[in-house]
Amino acid sequence: MSTKLITALTASIPFAASAQSSLNLTQGVTEISQRVYDLHMTIFYICCVIGVIVFGAMFVSMVAHRKSKNPKPATFHENVKVEIIWTVIPFLILIGMAIPATQTLFAMEDTSEAEVTVLVTGSQWKWHYKYFDHDVEYFSLLATRQDQINNRLDKGENYLLEVDRPLVIPTDTKVRFLVTSDDVIHSWWVPDFAVKKDANPGFINEAWTKVDEPGIYRGQCAELCGKDHGFMPVVVIAKEPAEYQAWIAEQEAIQKQAKEEEQRLLSMSMSKDELMELGERIYLGNCAACHQPNGEGIPGVFPSLKGTNMVMNDQAGHIDIVVNGKAGTAMQAFGNQLSLRELAAVITYERNAWGNDTGDLIQAADVNQFVKE
Amino acid sequence: MATNDPTPNNARPDNARVVKRLLFVVVGMFGFGFALVPLYEVFCDITGFNGRTKNEQAAVNTRQIDTSRTINVQFITRVNKGMPWGFSPEVNSVRVHPGETKVVNFLASNPTGQNMVAQAIPSVAPGEAGLYLNKTECFCFNQQPLAAGADTKMPMQFYLDPDIPEHIHTLTLSYTMYDMTANAQPDVLATFEATPSAD
Amino acid sequence: MSTVAGEMDHTDHHHHAPSGITRWLFTTNHKDIGSMYLWFSFIMFLVGGSMAMVIRAELFQPGLQLVDPHFFNQMTTVHGLIMVFGAVMPAFTGLANWMVPLMIGAPDMALPRMNNWSFWILPFAFAILLASLFMEGGGPAFGWTFYAPLSTTYSSDSTALFVFSVHIMGISSIMGAINVIVTIMNMRAPGMTYMKMPLFVWTWFITAFLLIAVMPVLAGAVTMVLTDKYFGTSFFDAAGGGDPVLFQHIFWFFGHPEVYIMILPSFGIISAIIPAFSRKRLFGYSSMVYATAAIAGLSFIVWAHHMFTTGMPVAAEIFFMYATMLISVPTGVKVFNWVATMWRGSITFETPMLFALAFVILFTIGGFSGLMLAITPVDFQYHDTYFVVAHFHYVLVSGAIFSIMAAAYYWLPKWTGHMYDETLAKWHFWCSLISVNLLFFPMHFAGLAGMPRRIPDYSLQFADINQIVSIGGFAFGLSQLIFLWVVIKCARGGEKAPAKPWEGAEGLEWTVPSPAPYHTFETPPEVK
Repeated sequence: MSTKLITALTASIPFAASAQSSLNLTQGVTEISQRVYDLHMTIFYICCVIGVIVFGAMFVSMVAHRKSKNPKPATFHENVKVEIIWTVIPFLILIGMAIPATQTLFAMEDTSEAEVTVLVTGSQWKWHYKYFDHDVEYFSLLATRQDQINNRLDKGENYLLEVDRPLVIPTDTKVRFLVTSDDVIHSWWVPDFAVKKDANPGFINEAWTKVDEPGIYRGQCAELCGKDHGFMPVVVIAKEPAEYQAWIAEQEAIQKQAKEEEQRLLSMSMSKDELMELGERIYLGNCAACHQPNGEGIPGVFPSLKGTNMVMNDQAGHIDIVVNGKAGTAMQAFGNQLSLRELAAVITYERNAWGNDTGDLIQAADVNQFVKE
Repeated sequence: MATNDPTPNNARPDNARVVKRLLFVVVGMFGFGFALVPLYEVFCDITGFNGRTKNEQAAVNTRQIDTSRTINVQFITRVNKGMPWGFSPEVNSVRVHPGETKVVNFLASNPTGQNMVAQAIPSVAPGEAGLYLNKTECFCFNQQPLAAGADTKMPMQFYLDPDIPEHIHTLTLSYTMYDMTANAQPDVLATFEATPSAD
Repeated sequence: MSTVAGEMDHTDHHHHAPSGITRWLFTTNHKDIGSMYLWFSFIMFLVGGSMAMVIRAELFQPGLQLVDPHFFNQMTTVHGLIMVFGAVMPAFTGLANWMVPLMIGAPDMALPRMNNWSFWILPFAFAILLASLFMEGGGPAFGWTFYAPLSTTYSSDSTALFVFSVHIMGISSIMGAINVIVTIMNMRAPGMTYMKMPLFVWTWFITAFLLIAVMPVLAGAVTMVLTDKYFGTSFFDAAGGGDPVLFQHIFWFFGHPEVYIMILPSFGIISAIIPAFSRKRLFGYSSMVYATAAIAGLSFIVWAHHMFTTGMPVAAEIFFMYATMLISVPTGVKVFNWVATMWRGSITFETPMLFALAFVILFTIGGFSGLMLAITPVDFQYHDTYFVVAHFHYVLVSGAIFSIMAAAYYWLPKWTGHMYDETLAKWHFWCSLISVNLLFFPMHFAGLAGMPRRIPDYSLQFADINQIVSIGGFAFGLSQLIFLWVVIKCARGGEKAPAKPWEGAEGLEWTVPSPAPYHTFETPPEVK
């Protein structure tokens, strides 16, 4: 009977609502996330009480007023006083809910100055993080291997919630996020911070958080953005401020060094074996999702790279499109994401794999011509 | 028609009248859907709601500068996906008094082998701050041409309205550069003929 | 219909309708058209349901097993479009066509020829939509909400067919709504004042006004998507001075009233069935009318509660939070009135009543999750997760769809002249009730635990929940085959139904024989 079902579900609520149950909203690690959780539980309990009263009345009626028990129905069909009461009381309950809701909303509007600002850019299908006051920026891509997704390998513990380079922020510090997009609308969401903000192309949105506890916090893109919407997670590592300072200084040094390396590489050449080996790795990690591991793409959606004109002949066009992307399509500008060495390798790989065998070897210096400063 | 038409004769003009009125509503609501476009713009301009800045040249500030507070104005520059230009602010941020006029420069470069034209689209966070940002000179007002291989320094002169609310301490102005070469205005394209190409 | 004099006999009991395919192609009879709408909607329900089965099959386990992500997005998109525009709305229109003239004592709808067109363009529209799935690049894959620029710059050419198809569906709905309004305004029998009309007529009357107000806005939105994609406009493109958030405003200005369009007729149906099986008049008739009007009016000022994460200023968030919360007041009034109708009645539990009671409980649960969603700061955690999916499926499946099934069982004897098989029907009910809760209740938990919407694969902590949901889904789908069986069996034969098979039923439709003759109320009845 539906009575039993409702009873069972209602009885399970205390279990579900117990702290940090995997069935309930997270309490999170910020003051705001805790307030949001409390508000959620408050509204939920109020709804439960109303539900018990209303459904209770219904079940009583279904039993006590069934025809066999109550063969002569009453005839009343209006009562203005009662109707006014059950219009006013819900209205008052709503006011009771609106007050903490408004307070929590205003708490989120904290406008004090942030010590750390991060520019978060969503694109198909990854996130990009740039620290405002430091020369540190990088892409953050899903790290779960295709083999796990395609059920050829066992799935890891953080399946679909792991990235190659997480965002790192300090705890106990107000961090401001400026969220935007490079193509379609995405949404940056970390449940443990209770932060979710749409990434709108051409506009910036701001959000902020102040994390109380160090740890790793995982979220996902929360706005349909195309085929890999489910495959662009958000991972944030919150470190103690001193550790964060050390990390960011280290990153700055590493990035500076990498830039200098690039400059040196411009005058160096790699062997075909080196190019093909690195190129294949880059291809499988960045290109195969669309152009497929066998280079044949998906007809009508993602072009084939096997034996097609651009790959076989038009070297300049090939480098240009990999570096600068193609506006109006899903082909991104990889010049921002891969080093000159990686670009040279992957283009060489494409021009020689799958029987293409053009014999072309592309070096970092060749690629550099097409990259903006 | 006629013999088994269930509608009595005297109802039909009544029906026609109601149908006409309802069709009027339908057409009106279709127009309303399109009217939402300028309505939204006007609403955003008045309230500053979507972080858009006023895109016309503002008059020079004649009011008192409020030296009791400074506001941190941050600059973010981005190029649209696939847009090959370099684009960066000369400085990341400036601190200004409300009412104080400031000039900041933005650097742009075109590394390709073609003449190109771009448009910078601004966006402000927090959205409401956009209302108080007055630009007396900005490269974002017009399309920007840049010859092949050339680079340039583009000034932006602005002041924050002295009325800017107390609770705003930081304002972030972001410019996104879009490639408009295919939709360039003729007078902008003409500048390529007029100016000899650099080096 | 032939116009040769003398061939037509106007007495109710031995007039025969023409036969063959031309009968259905050219009919202007509200009963025929109603039946076509209902069959069309049932077929679309099964088609859209099959897409849901594909979705649930893929989501049965973590990992990608059956379909690729792009096709999965097409399934979620077209499932939504078909259920909204092909199943729920045509079903309500079919019920309106059949029952509104009977309930007000009118011989037919006001504009019978337009009525025919309203129906027949629908299969055409859906053929186009379904065909687009076979295009190169795939069908629409941007969600039924088709946000720009995913639907403009980043979509395939099937978008053009999608736009065309939606335009046709819109024209059908608008014509249908005009027909309903004119019929109700001009063709009520003498003595049937507005405040004597059955609530199903009232709710459809108000729904029709909502339709003519917002379907044209959808037409505008969809046209702007088309021109942004193909004709160089920049309504939603920042580069040209536009704004993607503008799309959301325009869409949801249509979209929110649309969801009330999909529930108000339900309220009318329930308000007919509960009094009938409680053998007691509807409690608070006038409040029910005013509450429906209030809900419809409020529905115009809450649209941005779908957009709380887009970066709205606080003042707007507060306004939309309060306005949305306010809708629960008139909705609550309706629920209380239904319970008060039952109270101290004399209740029996035939299948229409079972579905109606399930509606009240399950729709109210959907209403509770809706109230939770209205609270902006917490919505930031719920938005675009399975919590939202749970909410709208509770109100649309165990809400609207259950009310449509209740209506079908309630009026099948009138339509066919036979009683349906009560035992089979009860099997349908219980299987549907249990499976629909197994399917949608756990989705609340998935959403709270952090599972986003519109994803073909998920992380491991959501696996158990998704497995239960998928099993519920398969069971619910199978249960609908029982319904198909009941309906076909009833159409073909069964115990002969009297004019009024339900002891407590009220209304003019129960004064004509079962099955209802081809032409009814050619002479208007006297209404006291």
